[in-house]
Parts: sequence; structure tokens; C-alpha cells
Amino acid sequence: MLETLMLSRIQFAANISFHILFPSISIALCWFLFYFKVRYNRSGDEVWMRAYRFWVKVFALTFALGVVSGITMSFQFGTNWPGYMETVGNIAGPLLGYEVLTAFFLEATFLGIMLFGINKVSNRVHTLATFLVAFGTSMSAFWIIALNSWMQTPTGFEMRLVGDTMKAFPLDWWAIIFNPSMPYRLAHMLIASGLTAAFLIAGISAYRILKDDHKPAPRLALKNATIAAAFLIPLQIFLGDMHGLNTLHHQPAKIAAMEAVWHTEKNVPLVLFAIPDKETQSNKYAIQIPNMASIILTHTSDGELKGLNEFPDAHPPVGPLFYGFRIMVGVGMLMLLVSWIGCWQIYRRNEISPLMLKVFVGMTFSGWIATLAGWYVTEIGRQPWLVTGVLKTVDAVTTTPASNVGTSLAIYLTLYVVLLIAYIRTLFVMARKAVLVDRPEEIDTLQEKLVEENL
Amino acid sequence: MTDISTLSGEAFWLPVIFIGLMGLAFFIYAILDGYDLGVGILLPKDSEAQRDTMIASIGPFWDANETWLVLGIGILLIAFPLAHSMILLNLYLPVTVMLAGLILRGVAFDFRAKAPEDHKELWDRTFQVGSLLATLAQGYMLGLFVMGFEDTLAAHLFAALSAICVTAGYTFIGAAWLVMKTEGDLQKRAAWWARRCAWLMLLGIVAVSIVNPLVSDIIFDKWFGTPLVIILWVIPVFCFVLFFIADRYLRRAPYPNDFGCWIPFASAAMIFLLSFIGLAYSFYPYVVPNKLDIWQAASAPESLMFILYGVIVVLPTILGYTFFSYKVFHGKATQLKYY
Repeated sequence: MLETLMLSRIQFAANISFHILFPSISIALCWFLFYFKVRYNRSGDEVWMRAYRFWVKVFALTFALGVVSGITMSFQFGTNWPGYMETVGNIAGPLLGYEVLTAFFLEATFLGIMLFGINKVSNRVHTLATFLVAFGTSMSAFWIIALNSWMQTPTGFEMRLVGDTMKAFPLDWWAIIFNPSMPYRLAHMLIASGLTAAFLIAGISAYRILKDDHKPAPRLALKNATIAAAFLIPLQIFLGDMHGLNTLHHQPAKIAAMEAVWHTEKNVPLVLFAIPDKETQSNKYAIQIPNMASIILTHTSDGELKGLNEFPDAHPPVGPLFYGFRIMVGVGMLMLLVSWIGCWQIYRRNEISPLMLKVFVGMTFSGWIATLAGWYVTEIGRQPWLVTGVLKTVDAVTTTPASNVGTSLAIYLTLYVVLLIAYIRTLFVMARKAVLVDRPEEIDTLQEKLVEENL
Repeated sequence: MTDISTLSGEAFWLPVIFIGLMGLAFFIYAILDGYDLGVGILLPKDSEAQRDTMIASIGPFWDANETWLVLGIGILLIAFPLAHSMILLNLYLPVTVMLAGLILRGVAFDFRAKAPEDHKELWDRTFQVGSLLATLAQGYMLGLFVMGFEDTLAAHLFAALSAICVTAGYTFIGAAWLVMKTEGDLQKRAAWWARRCAWLMLLGIVAVSIVNPLVSDIIFDKWFGTPLVIILWVIPVFCFVLFFIADRYLRRAPYPNDFGCWIPFASAAMIFLLSFIGLAYSFYPYVVPNKLDIWQAASAPESLMFILYGVIVVLPTILGYTFFSYKVFHGKATQLKYY
């Protein structure tokens, strides 16, 4: 079963990595759209509506990719991880159920009105539809993060023997949903989405300006996105720190692996960079700041940190966590720098210099990198457990032959590569089209082409 | 099978409620995503304008339609986790094919309108292939399910028959949707499609109805066992009547002032409902035919109660705003405008 296990893990990782790219944009992008719409309603200035019309198309595309990859996810539990639902189905089932009931239908239905109903309903109903879609995407995040956090730090349940297997039974739904790591993880993810969307908006808008777009809409979008990013990034760093302290308390093995602390010690240095070596249980070529990890994690310079030696055979792999965490933090620092310089230029000159425009284009998908790296840290950091202390990953996997999993994996990977390329290309195609057309935000939806043809 | 006299109140009726909800979700899915997958399969090669109109007619709805599948599979997962694992284990590859199809269909919607002009044709083909793959896979899975996941040649042949039957059904309801939502040449064309597909679907239903009792003693007993079940024969008779009505209407459609353009769609939906009732009657109380009944497969009552509260509040709301959305976009698809 080892091959089925490895292939299933790769497949799950591929599916969820592909999936998270799109919600991480759409959750916050929809709030940006709502903001544009409200500003338009208040001021009556067309430019807000033009920004809305361009970004709503990006949203539609992003949302569609999120939906189709999300449906794939909902089948994965049954096809590849039957042991998961059999053991903790009593907990996971209702949480997923509430996601479908309170989020999926809401966003899917009002998306139709938001995209195609602008002239079919009143302006107020259209604004309300935009709000409900944004609310729905955030609700979706709420439930799925509740479940994910419960898997990291399970509370509010008990194990009972049913037949010959141990099953989890719910005792307190409040404790299950608002489990110890949930508020931190939810806040961290929502802000991550805000940053991902902000840098996407800034990057594409900067690209339009560099391609000689003289219209005010991309400038407005760039300015708003830069300011939003500049506010969100310090908040994110603060929240990340709190999330880290929470993890130290509940999942010390994860922190030990992230910081590559091999042995329990005091006065732990912060390792900026190193090559962790599993064989010798030490870090090679380490560049480190003395006592800093102790200060960050325990807020005292001689604080003791538990090392990996405390968790024999039950700690996550060090490499992915150590590097993943540094990539996430590195991108975060870059975001801080870039958004603050951008803000400074806006403040001083009311526009962003050509060099910084290029930097913003380069940072278009920086949110994806940080988000993926962060999720890898937290998910791989849960291993070898699927549900901490309750169910091991190896015990949940399907009995399906490896050849089946190999086939499906090949199909998914092919699709994902093609779709990712198509998505990124299409974003830039849309941006270039918007530059060429005089009133770009008004044309080019399916319906309008039809109207033009029929008139 | 579970001896139901040994079950206490909640443990008895909660699984019954949830199998009913699951049936409802899959039924609504079959109607709603049925028509938009059907429209996708029917996309003609020879007219870009017609393709645009057809896709515009399902544009505001497809996403919510697909969500009913997530709800159905979600209820299976929430309420009957054992059955969920057993079913998906047996359907591993068809599920993959269906998901690949749904992915292709879903993204083609947006890419066709936003990608470079010369790629539009390619995305339209993708749209069609995706719709067809998803439909065939669903029919095939239904067939395997009916055969109790036997791994025999006969079972796979039956599944192939079922795949064709479901495809005919979806294209029928898709064409009927177009009769209702379009006008002019496309409407005429849709009426022609609908008629052909209705015939194919009728053939399929008859074939399935004959084969099914022959291969399963339990189903045979249910339909032919006692004289009382004669009442049940209302179902096939009514089915034939509906086919007849749809066929008569479609033969001369469209009518002046678009009289009764909703008749084929309503007939198709009713035929779906009757087929569904027939299937449900054949298999109740099994959730995996002959292997697992709903009480054996059910989750803990405390989990089911927790989700039931939500369902009672939320499901009517969902139906309410779904109705609202259809009201907003009522009328012919070409009238859809951005402003």
C-alpha cells in the first residue's frame, strides 16, 4: 500500500495546492469589488465602475477555477482517504455540510446576478449581490478553516469503539468549531488572501500602465491595492507571530521542525539560513542570530524550546518546513518593502515610478508563493498525523490499486498545468485588451457581444 | 439488513430523512446540471452565434446548478460515510473522468470569452467534450451502482447502456431548455434535437426497465411480487404519456406567440422525476445495493441532528434565492444584457 499512499498524498497535495490558488485570490478580490461598488454608489464617479467592470471579469475566471478544483477536493475524501471519513466523519461531515449550505449556494447563485444581472436588477440589489458573494466566499473559508484547524488541534469530541474501529463523536460543537488554533489560522488566511488579491490587482494594473494605458481606472486600482497591502502586511506579520506562539503551545514538534531545533535547549538562536541535516541532527552552514528564536517564541532571551529529540519517530520532516517557513517570511518581508515604497511614492508624487511599476508586475503572484509555502508548513507540519493524536495519515488511505491513483494523478496534473498556464496568460491578455480598447471596461462579456450582434 | 424494530426513534428516522434529502439533491442536480450539460453536448460546429446564445442561456445558472452535486455527495459523506467510501472506492476511475469533464466544462465557460480570439473555437470544443465526458461518466456510474458494483462484463455493458441513456436524457432536457429560452432558427433546431433525444431516451428507459428486474431478484419482486403493486404501474404509463405530449408538441414547434414553450422542459423534468421515483423505490432502503442499508451506513445521531437544524433553516432559503435568480433571468436568453 506504500505506493498508493505516496501517490494519494501527492495527488491530494497537487489538488489542494492548485485549488488554494484561486480562493486565495477570490475571497479578498470580491471584497475589493464590493468596495469599488460602494465607492461608485457614494460618489457616482464612473472610474470606480470601470475598475469594477475589469476586475469582476478576473473574479469570474478565478472563481470558476476555484469552483471546479473545489469539487474535485470534495470527492478526494471518499476516493483516496476513506479512513478519514470513517474515523472522524461525525465531525468533518457536518462542518463540510455547513460550508455547502451556507456558502456554496449563496456565492454560486448571487454570482450569476453579480456578473450578468447588472441591468436586470436595481443597483441596490446588484450591490447586495456583490456583498453576498463576498460574504459567501468568506463563510466558505470560515468552515473549511474550522475543519482544518480541528485536524491540527482537535477538541470537543471523544473516541468510542464502534464495532472494531475507534470513531470520533462530537461532544461540544462550539469547542469543535472554535478550537484553539482556529481563530489564528482563519485570521492569518483571510489576511493572506487580502495580500494575494492586493498584489494581483497592483501587478496587473502596473502592467497596464507600463503598456501605455492612459486611463484613470488602472491608476486608481493600483493606488488602492498598494495602500491596502501596506496596511495588511504589518497586521499579517503580527498575526503570524501570534499564530506561531499558538502552534508552539499546541504543536511543539511543528515549531521545532520549522526552526530546525534538533535538541531541546535554552538561548536558541534564530537560524536565518542553513541546510538542516537529518543524519547528523544538526544544521550546516548556519547563519544565525543568537537568542533570537527564544526571544520571538518565548519572549525571554533564555527561553527553552523543545527540540525534535522529544518526538522520536513522530515529528514532521524538517526540510520542507524549514525552507517553506523561510520562503513565506521572505516573501512577506519583500511585500512590506515594496508596498511601503509604493505608498511613499504615491504620497510624495501621487504616482508610482516606472521602476516600481516593474517591481509590482514582478510581484503579481507573490501572494501565491507565500500562501502555498505557509500551507505547506502547516500541513506537512501535522504529519505523521492526519488528525493530531487521533488518526495517522497512513491509516486513512484507500485500498484502491496504485495504478488507479497513478492514472488519476496523471490526468489531474496534466489538467492543472494546462489550466494554470491558460489562467496566467488570460489575465495578461485581458490586461492588454483593456489597454487597446477605448472604454475597455464596458465590452467583451459574452452577453454584450450577443447584444451587439443582435442590434 | 438492519432489523428496524431494534432501532430507537432518532436512530430510525434520521437516516430516512437524510436519504430523502440526498435523493432530493441528486434529483435537482439531474434536472439543473442535466440541462446545462445537455446544452454543452449539443453545441453545434457550424454556428458561432448559436453557440454564444446557447452558452449565454446557461451562463448565470451553471455554477449554482453544479453545487447540487456537491450537496448530494456532501450528504452521502455526512450522513452515510461508510457508503460514501464504498461507493467511491468502486467508482474511482469514472469519478476521475467525471471530475475532469466538469473541470473542463467549467473553465471553458470563462476562457472562451476572455482568452485570445483565435482560441475561442478550441475552448468551445473543450466545453463540449467536457460536458460529454461528465455526462457519460455519470451514466456509467449510475449503471455500475444499479448492478451493485459487480465487476462482470454484463455489468459493464449495462453501465454503458446507462451512460447512453443518461446522455440522451441530459441532451433531451438541454434541448427542451433551449426551446424555452431561445427563439428563431436556434429554437427550431432545438425542437428537432429535443425530439430525437426524447426518442433515444425513451428507448434507453425501456431497455433499463427490462434489464433491471431480470438481473436482480429483489427488484423483480418489488415490481412484480405482489398484486398490490399494480398501482406502481402508474409510473411507466405516465412516463409514456409525457413522452407523447412532448413529441406531439415538438413536432410542430415553435408555435405562434411561443405558445407553451415550457411544455417540453416540464415534460422532461417530470420524466426525470418518475424515473427517479422508480429507481428510489427499487433500492430503498439500500444505499449500496444489496450490501449496505441506510441504518448500517448512517453517522451518529448527534452529528445528523446538528446538520439537520442547519438544513431546516438553510434549504428553504437556498430554494428561495434560486427561485429569485431564475426570476431575474426569465425570458429569452438573447435578451440578456450587461446594461
